[in-house]
Amino acid sequence: MTSIILLSVLGIVNLFFGFLKSNKILLPAAMVILALAFGVNLLDWNAASESYFNNMLTINRYSVAFTGIVVLTTLLLIPFSQKYVRDGEENLAEYYSLLLFSLVGAIMMVSYDNLLMLFVGIEILSVSMYVVAGSDKRNVRSNEAALKYFLMGSFATGILLFGIALVYGATGTFQLTQIDAGIVNPVNASLRPMLYVGMLLMFIGISFKVSAAPFHYWTPDVYEGTPTFFAAFMSTVVKTAGFAAFFKLLMAAFYSAQGFWVPTIMSITVLTLLIGNVGAVAQTSIKRMLAYSSISHAGYLFIGLVAVNGKLSANAIFFYSLAYSIATVASFAVLKLVSDQRQREDYASFNGLAKTNPLLAFVMTVAMLSLAGIPLTGGFFGKFFTFGAAINRGYIWLVVFAVVMSMVSIYYYLRPIIAMYMQPAEDENAEPIVVSGFQSAVLVLLALLTVVLGILPGLLSDVF
Amino acid sequence: MLTAFLLFFPVAAALLLHFAKGNAARVLALGAALVEFAVAVFTAVSASMNVAPGNSTAAYSRFSINIPWIESAGINFHIGLDGLSLLMVLLTTFLVPLIILASFRHNYPNASAFYALILFMQTGLIGVFVSLDAFLFYFFWEVALIPIYFIAGVWGSERRIAVTFKFFLYTIIGSLFMLAAFVYLYFQTGVYGGVRSSDIATFYSLTLSASQQAWLFWLIFIAFAVKMPIFPFHTWQPDTYTESPVPATMLLSGIMLKMGIYGCLRWLLPIVPLGVSQWSKLVMILSVIGIIYGAVIAIRQRDMKRLIAYSSLSHVGLMAAGVFSLTFMGLQGAVIQMLAHGVNVVGMFFIGDIIQRRTGTRQIPELGGLTKNTPLLSVCFLVLLLGTVALPLTNGFVGEFLLLAGVYQYNPWLGAVAGVTIILAAVYLLRMFQRVMLGPETSFTATIQDLTGSELAVLVPLIVLVFWIGLFPNTFLRISEPAVLQILTLVSRS
Repeated sequence: MTSIILLSVLGIVNLFFGFLKSNKILLPAAMVILALAFGVNLLDWNAASESYFNNMLTINRYSVAFTGIVVLTTLLLIPFSQKYVRDGEENLAEYYSLLLFSLVGAIMMVSYDNLLMLFVGIEILSVSMYVVAGSDKRNVRSNEAALKYFLMGSFATGILLFGIALVYGATGTFQLTQIDAGIVNPVNASLRPMLYVGMLLMFIGISFKVSAAPFHYWTPDVYEGTPTFFAAFMSTVVKTAGFAAFFKLLMAAFYSAQGFWVPTIMSITVLTLLIGNVGAVAQTSIKRMLAYSSISHAGYLFIGLVAVNGKLSANAIFFYSLAYSIATVASFAVLKLVSDQRQREDYASFNGLAKTNPLLAFVMTVAMLSLAGIPLTGGFFGKFFTFGAAINRGYIWLVVFAVVMSMVSIYYYLRPIIAMYMQPAEDENAEPIVVSGFQSAVLVLLALLTVVLGILPGLLSDVF
Repeated sequence: MLTAFLLFFPVAAALLLHFAKGNAARVLALGAALVEFAVAVFTAVSASMNVAPGNSTAAYSRFSINIPWIESAGINFHIGLDGLSLLMVLLTTFLVPLIILASFRHNYPNASAFYALILFMQTGLIGVFVSLDAFLFYFFWEVALIPIYFIAGVWGSERRIAVTFKFFLYTIIGSLFMLAAFVYLYFQTGVYGGVRSSDIATFYSLTLSASQQAWLFWLIFIAFAVKMPIFPFHTWQPDTYTESPVPATMLLSGIMLKMGIYGCLRWLLPIVPLGVSQWSKLVMILSVIGIIYGAVIAIRQRDMKRLIAYSSLSHVGLMAAGVFSLTFMGLQGAVIQMLAHGVNVVGMFFIGDIIQRRTGTRQIPELGGLTKNTPLLSVCFLVLLLGTVALPLTNGFVGEFLLLAGVYQYNPWLGAVAGVTIILAAVYLLRMFQRVMLGPETSFTATIQDLTGSELAVLVPLIVLVFWIGLFPNTFLRISEPAVLQILTLVSRS
């Protein structure tokens, strides 16, 4: 709870720093705020779970853990914000503040106990994202991305709201636990179809936010147009918060209706895995590849969801989100540094990077291996735990399918590695990419975290 | 503690190498590899001194370490040694310094990274041989793959990118099947209300139905079959061996190939014995096909490196056949042949590399008449070659004799067909020797120089081993015997 207040208040304070117009002050200020929020959030870890606003929001270990992921992700990502707008954009403070506000939305999404709070959280997060998607305002692609994201997103929000209304109609409450009670002992059994339609519409709304197929169409285009820095934010924070919210919804509110939603979610899972992985193979731009990769990772996270294994699933989703977020931040950070200076985003722009910038190449390699789920990296154990949860429920065929899909993924995750280490640079005299010392340190930290998660997964594999 | 040292020392040295440049890097790497070898020898000696007659487990139990790794899931960091793994560790630690020394003549760009990767790989290889937990085993299995992919992909020759890509995909897809099998077995351990565990002993004690074992066999076997490789999973092998830089080829053929056979012995036979007995005939036939196939193609090769690659394919088929014969002699033969093949194939690739570096070609028709100027080289080449051909008194003879005896015991017909391998090996290897070393000199070979000191330093230990294993195989067979007997007991328990 303190972290919500802190981020909201300091977000506004940060806005006032805007008159300074200097990234030298704004960036450290934003980082300090985030670090504060991270620390304050962790203080609640051992506290008893506490509810606020007439039980509409609950802070417990679950919310603390996922809040930790989203804040940490932002903290690690923000050093790469510099120069995200090419022509000396002057409204830096607004963008930092928007990120801080959107985090408030994300935290609400992971700690809600009431559908209204879920909706408000999603809206706070989304509206900030609509704005930052268009932050490169003189770039047509960025404008296209913002418009596309906004139109599709508001449509999805509408559907979500409609779903919430129908669920309310069928059960008479917004409160998660009471919804579940209403499913077990319905006041009026003839309203059951209404409940199902409501659930379905809610699933569609949230699937859109986490870019699950078949509601993923916006993802590649929006990522491509959005400045890389914000695209990274979308594919990590938004996704983590979305899945934490989704899991909570399924476990707390719809637990007793598994017979209905497990097949539904399972078909979304299969479709997402297929489209994400096969789509990524065909891409020529690394950014678009990462967009499809983020779709495919939504699929792997869904496997943790359908396992509905309480503690096992929650742990698996937590570990997966963390490993995925760190690796994704690292890959987007490298991509941003390279594409800012070489002005392109295709695979060939990475050619020979190992010669000019060994550190960038190494960090990118660790990130790619982690996303591909190769041992020694956190991504492996993320997949291991989610697949394990699903096998434990007997969904062996689903896991086999997911394993086949991750074989496909090796193809496209290896391509940047091959480009960096095995292809000669296109321009022999290419200048090395300029990376500040601080950014290098953060990159090393990202790689180190990925490897630590891959060697000592026991540290965080059993948090709940 | 010794086991843990053996496991982590190379990777620690690899990290240190980052701070060394150029020549210092390779000297440091060589030093680290030699220290590692010394420790391995010390381990072996101290183990053999403590062997009480009839009780081998006691001697090795103090090498085992078992601490929780992922505590909530019952997955432990469980490593240990027995006779079989000890021999594999000895082979690895013996070959790695030689491989490093063999690469001294090449000036690989970015040397510190190159040697760091070799040492990093050594940790992966040793990890595979000492792991006693299924997931730990899988972990190291993949850890060994990553460095070799980079060594081959970055420092290889022209066609390396496509070739190593194929290699990486093949092996990783194969091992994902194994992982799936392990996860399944892991959940089986908890079926009857027991605590889940991925420890090897728990896996051994699982009671699985014959039909479960039938498909589990394939899931696990494919991973090993790709690594060895067994026909028809071999298509990555000749290209990868040919396109990789020589140290990588040596690592692949000398040590990595043995991961597959070791895996069969430790993880396949005892866990799914019913599956093995159900499919062993098919696997034997595939192996024998591989023997003949590799040999016949080797006869047709003009490229020395490629010829040795196919000869390796042929030899590994025989080892696999010995393993799946499930006889004492077959298994012991496979163990001793793993050592012998490791020594011979590394030596052969090194000789090929020396000739290529001196003359600029490894095409057999362009070579000839080397013996005149290079007596030392010729002798070394001949000894290693005869070891590979399995002449009596050399290391290859012991292994192939035991293997063929084992296969013959299993099925005389298969034994007879597999026996052709010795004749065919003699055909392609002696023919190669004749065309490369004898005959008239060519424009490539007229001014060739004999071996230098560092090259001798690589070849002499190998040649000593050729004769040592050939004359006193009992040194090694004695170490592996209890382990092999234990595996056979586990296999026959069903």
